[in-house]
Amino acid sequence: MTAAVAIKDSEVAVDEEGYLVNLADWNEEVANAMAAEDNIALTENHWEVINFLRDYYAEYQVAPAIRVLTKAIGKKLGPEKGNSKYLYELFPYGPAKQACRYAGLPKPTGCI
Amino acid sequence: MSDTQDEGRGIPKVKRFMLVNRKAPYGTIYALEALEVVLIAAAFDQDVSLVFVDDGVYQIRKGQQTKDIGQKNFSPTYRALGDYDIEKLYVERESLEARGLAADDLLVPVQVLGAVELGALMDEQDVVFSF
Repeated sequence: MTAAVAIKDSEVAVDEEGYLVNLADWNEEVANAMAAEDNIALTENHWEVINFLRDYYAEYQVAPAIRVLTKAIGKKLGPEKGNSKYLYELFPYGPAKQACRYAGLPKPTGCI
Repeated sequence: MSDTQDEGRGIPKVKRFMLVNRKAPYGTIYALEALEVVLIAAAFDQDVSLVFVDDGVYQIRKGQQTKDIGQKNFSPTYRALGDYDIEKLYVERESLEARGLAADDLLVPVQVLGAVELGALMDEQDVVFSF
């Protein structure tokens, strides 16, 4: 497991599961670099979810579990996006876990 | 776990869990740990209720400022409990009154119950965790 993600000429520390050690290290480059390591190019649709998660965390200080994320996305972005199929297509490693990682948040509580 | 919870679920085994919060939010890890347990129990679709008694009522006090003690203010997370379908929050009336607090001073909507009523409610639970 990597303990750092390389961004251009620097790197940021991550834990053994790839989550940022210091949440303040996050920026869009970090998200892009993490996604690139998974061979994913982030699209508008990915960013919609990532930004949603960042807003949710700013508001509640917690990364939502998948069920909560799915429901909340549906409420905000419409039912065609608020379902597991759509979210798994974007984030095949598990929408809550993977998207939270790219968003620079801790691993969601309740994902074990 | 929750990523795959839509699949392969048998007959759900729902238990009634009650978490009793007795301690002030900072200074010990109890309040934060209880909150984690709540979120995990909710991910397993259990019937979860929360009780705040003694200094535990301060956990959901509005206006927490934690900057000077170098701790994360996790109190906004109590407002997310509704998203997790956790809506049974009880506060002991005697504890509130002893601290000069009222339901308006709290971050989330709660039911205020007397010690006797709370005791009866505890009796109905399958599991009671005290933090």
